[in-house]
Amino acid sequence: MARLEITRPSEAHATVSELTQDLGALLTSGSMAGCPVEFAGAMVHTCASQSCGKCVPCRIGLSQLDHLITQVLDGQGTLKTVEMIETLAESIYLSADCAVGYGAAQSVLTAVIAFQDDFRHHVRRNSCLTKIEGTSIPCISGCPANVDIPGYIALVGAGRYTDAVRLIRKDNPFVLACGLICEHPCELSCRRALIDDPINIRGLKRYAIEHASDSYTPFHYEKTDRKIAIIGGGPSGLTAAYYLALMGHEPTIFEQREHLGGMMRYGIPAYRLPRERLDAEIDFMVSQGIEVHLNTRIPDDISFEDLKANYDAIYVAIGAHNDNKLGIEGEDAEGVMSAVEMLRKIGDGSYPDFAGQRIAVIGGGNVAMDVARSSVRLGAESVTIVYRRRIEDMTAQREEIDGAIAEGCELLELHAPQSIATEDGKVVGLTVQRQIPGEISGGRPRPVAADCPPETLPFDRILVAIGQVIDSEEFAKAGVATSRGRILGDEYGEVFDIDGVFVGGDCETGPATVIRAVAAGKVVARNIDDYLGYHHPIKLDVEVPPAVARDRAACGRSNMLERKVADRKDDFDLMESPYSEQEAMQEADRCLRCDHFGMGAFLGGRSFEW
Amino acid sequence: MVKVKINNTKVEVSADTTILDAAAQAGITIPTLCYFRNLNDIAACRVCVVEVEGMERLVAACNTKVQPGAHYITNSPKVRAARTTNVELILTQHKTACTTCVRSGNCSLQDVATDLNILDVPFELDTRGDKWNSRYPLIRENKKCIKCMRCIQVCNNIQGMHIWDLRNHGSRTTIGLSGDATINETKCVLCGQCITHCPVGALRERDDTDRVLAALADPDITTVIQIAPAVRTAWGDALGLTREEATPGKMVNALRKLGFDYIFDTDFAADLTIMEEGTELLGRLANRDDYEWPMFTSCCPGWVRYMKGNRSEQIPQLSSAKSPQQMFGAAMKTYFMQEKGLEPSKVCCISVMPCVAKKYEVGVEEMWSVEKGTPDVDISLTTREMVRMLKSDFVSIEDLVEDEFDHPLGVATGAGHIFGATGGVMEAALRTAYFAVTGENPDPDAFADVRGMDGWKEATFDLAGTPLRVAVASGLANMQRLLEALDEGTVEYDFVEIMACPGGCAGGGGQPIKDNCEQAEARGQVLYKLDRRADLRFSHENPSVQEAYEKIFGEPNSHEAHRLLHTNQYAWSFVPRECLER
Repeated sequence: MARLEITRPSEAHATVSELTQDLGALLTSGSMAGCPVEFAGAMVHTCASQSCGKCVPCRIGLSQLDHLITQVLDGQGTLKTVEMIETLAESIYLSADCAVGYGAAQSVLTAVIAFQDDFRHHVRRNSCLTKIEGTSIPCISGCPANVDIPGYIALVGAGRYTDAVRLIRKDNPFVLACGLICEHPCELSCRRALIDDPINIRGLKRYAIEHASDSYTPFHYEKTDRKIAIIGGGPSGLTAAYYLALMGHEPTIFEQREHLGGMMRYGIPAYRLPRERLDAEIDFMVSQGIEVHLNTRIPDDISFEDLKANYDAIYVAIGAHNDNKLGIEGEDAEGVMSAVEMLRKIGDGSYPDFAGQRIAVIGGGNVAMDVARSSVRLGAESVTIVYRRRIEDMTAQREEIDGAIAEGCELLELHAPQSIATEDGKVVGLTVQRQIPGEISGGRPRPVAADCPPETLPFDRILVAIGQVIDSEEFAKAGVATSRGRILGDEYGEVFDIDGVFVGGDCETGPATVIRAVAAGKVVARNIDDYLGYHHPIKLDVEVPPAVARDRAACGRSNMLERKVADRKDDFDLMESPYSEQEAMQEADRCLRCDHFGMGAFLGGRSFEW
Repeated sequence: MVKVKINNTKVEVSADTTILDAAAQAGITIPTLCYFRNLNDIAACRVCVVEVEGMERLVAACNTKVQPGAHYITNSPKVRAARTTNVELILTQHKTACTTCVRSGNCSLQDVATDLNILDVPFELDTRGDKWNSRYPLIRENKKCIKCMRCIQVCNNIQGMHIWDLRNHGSRTTIGLSGDATINETKCVLCGQCITHCPVGALRERDDTDRVLAALADPDITTVIQIAPAVRTAWGDALGLTREEATPGKMVNALRKLGFDYIFDTDFAADLTIMEEGTELLGRLANRDDYEWPMFTSCCPGWVRYMKGNRSEQIPQLSSAKSPQQMFGAAMKTYFMQEKGLEPSKVCCISVMPCVAKKYEVGVEEMWSVEKGTPDVDISLTTREMVRMLKSDFVSIEDLVEDEFDHPLGVATGAGHIFGATGGVMEAALRTAYFAVTGENPDPDAFADVRGMDGWKEATFDLAGTPLRVAVASGLANMQRLLEALDEGTVEYDFVEIMACPGGCAGGGGQPIKDNCEQAEARGQVLYKLDRRADLRFSHENPSVQEAYEKIFGEPNSHEAHRLLHTNQYAWSFVPRECLER
């Protein structure tokens, strides 16, 4: 009998898998840019290279698809070509022998259908619908507020921290808040990933604000005496108010709670964003000329009609502060609390005592992790996060999940809450049904009940963190268009059919991130200024150091470290440790300066005003 | 100051100097291709790459500032190889057709490929192009385009027009029209600055020389040619003449050798324009409340096209006077032809202009005032086309002698000459307006404050006790800033001269090209010199102009003058006549 051999990957194959990772990084960082049709063509070409060559649809079909897409790209296609691409892809999907063929064809089909307009534009005008301008500096394009990231990283590298902050505040006044808690979508498109890993952009922003020493007053335009009512003092409302104040207008914020900050205060725990530092940042903004009315709810305290009568424009930025209900038995029992309610209390300084309690947290998002980790800090005996899908399906950021685990939270994945067990109206446990991952829908597998009986786990308290909804009913009554609670606005943030009323942030998008709320506030500030008949551009007022050309040796990314678990899990002090100067300088130095190299040089590298 | 070494030559330069400029200061040439000083330093072509000692990868010299103590090597094996490869790669996407290319002999790609001794391109050729409306006055041939992006830069940043844009992605990236429009759908004003900033033959004017040759060949046709002021500042450039050698007299002599029957001077019509426009201005000033202010000059068809395309509501603020080119046509086909007893249908009127937009203007039917259905000016050539005609007829440049423009339409004053420089129309108008108001000539240099290359100049002059606030802008981005300031009320003027091209017609889009070199200023100086030396420096003293009024037009702004010398700019079609769908 022939002897068996231990297979070892050849050097070529080892390199292939290394390069595959590089390709992945390229595609990830480039996903904001480029032409969808070019992308589809490259994808088909790559898929075709994976074909084993046996079956006809895959061997020949994929390369014919490649030819057809190339024809379109070369300006030689017709609408008939586009039709043929779709028909051929469908035929490959239906008849290829293995997943290499039908999987590729399925992706092509998705692409052809999603990129209909792009294909047609290529055929008609021999041109891409997607223009290069918007995507030339990847991190800036990736940031919803289009913050000048290469600019402020260069300023940090030059030790000019105040200038870095000034530059950030041109587009985003929440330098500290975003320096601590931004989801940093910019890092996803960072081109440094092509060499090693994305720049730690958020970390450098935090370093800038923590080292900015000089006080300064941003430029203000002459007073206009125009009054703008802003409903909601969260990140979006405050951002709009800040820029409107700089533009010379008189913004007034109406906030229903005791403090400003919105979800930054009432959603994000202090160990991630310390209250006093958030307050200092908000105070700086308010001191630029924002009038604030706390504990004032629209329309209970002042009617919407009164606002319309007394203000030149209105910005509705009420966020998404109501909780979602589980809809299961026992939900009203004592000991069941929504995450929103708990974090709101904490936001106003009332910390509950969970000493000795066994806590269940239901949900898999960032808020679930926040309440779980807050529970640890409130003295809970045990914290169990119950989630009906798998850990990898959680919407929470990976580092939040890891942090919760590190602090001793247990993750009970694939368990769906069925009912809450009670005794004398008090929580005693949670009945859960084991799930298995089923068919994928919307990118995640649907949980399906496993073939086993439910079990009841003992708990003293249940925290429900399954999403927030928008409290928009009163606005709907006042004639503002809504859909499933979301207040509807157009691409300029204008509410349909009501002149001078704008909307943005979570109440328009549904629960999202601080940076998206900031971006909406910025857009609306510009558009309100324009609506009032002005043009007060917010301008760049610092000079960015020139880029230096040099070789770029691969160098590891410095991640943010956290205080030791034993130290941090009993208090609400800031959990994340700051960068050292050594780390910050090395990290700033890793920036590739895409404002100068690549398309940046052609388009001027930055936006000088908006 | 920063000390660096370039190819072992030590040089001390200011800290914000590029490697390219530092090398030049050390007497070392680094070749460039896409680079254009103060316009385009995007490091796209990678021809200017140099080695930095201690660094593996090469850097672009055009947009990299020197670092203290660095040693740059411009001719290392690595640099030589990369530079040559990059030019070879550019050649794969360039339709190399030098023998039939309008820019052969004046092409930066040809130069650099030849300098680098590239005898063969080892890669597969991949030239792609698009269809272009060959009747349009401006022609783009994308197969020759090397994607240096200069046309986009000059159109966006100097002219503020945003006509060109990048199109497609990756290896298919090219330059197209913004919004994927067709050229007729754009608001291109036909300034031609993209042509004069193109390093290769991807952009040019529509060549109309064959029509001129046909007229010259027809024994029944009398050919009359008029030469615009700025043409005399630049015609010799491409013929190997210095500015001193390339006199207007030799230019006339050269054209005579081509066989034109009458060689006249557009500067005559410039003087005529001053009579009409100056009188119009004084008329409006006398009835100030009846008009919107300021009044704008109307001699630049690029500027008039801008107004038509973007601010048609302000067209009444334009002087109704035709441009000198068109006034010449009208005067020639009336005053001169009556004198000679010629019939319009037997005359071909040709103009040589530093301008692409003039090709459009001759086709505007509202300008045809002498005979219905017949243009007053039949064909408009650029300075470059005139030079090409001289070359293709093998006119012996060294044998040219001083010659004179023909009478009577070859008589012009210094005021007419300076029309070709920014501020010239304003200055000429003020000289005559002063006379009209006071009855006395001012010092001819009294209004010299409006000269110079500033994109937006302003001055206030005393016109017999009345202050006249004037402004002059050249370059359309400067013009747009001026118009916005007027909108906002931050400035107020009575009379504003606008020229679409930076520096005025001397820097016109129809002028001979010298790559990476702006020449408007030096060319403008030629005109001021001619003005200084002129016997007559006031338009109202031009004897031919005076005679034309006596015989044909009567008074400035008379009914007949209006019929022949003025126009209603509202009525013009924006799309060139030859490109209209019929």
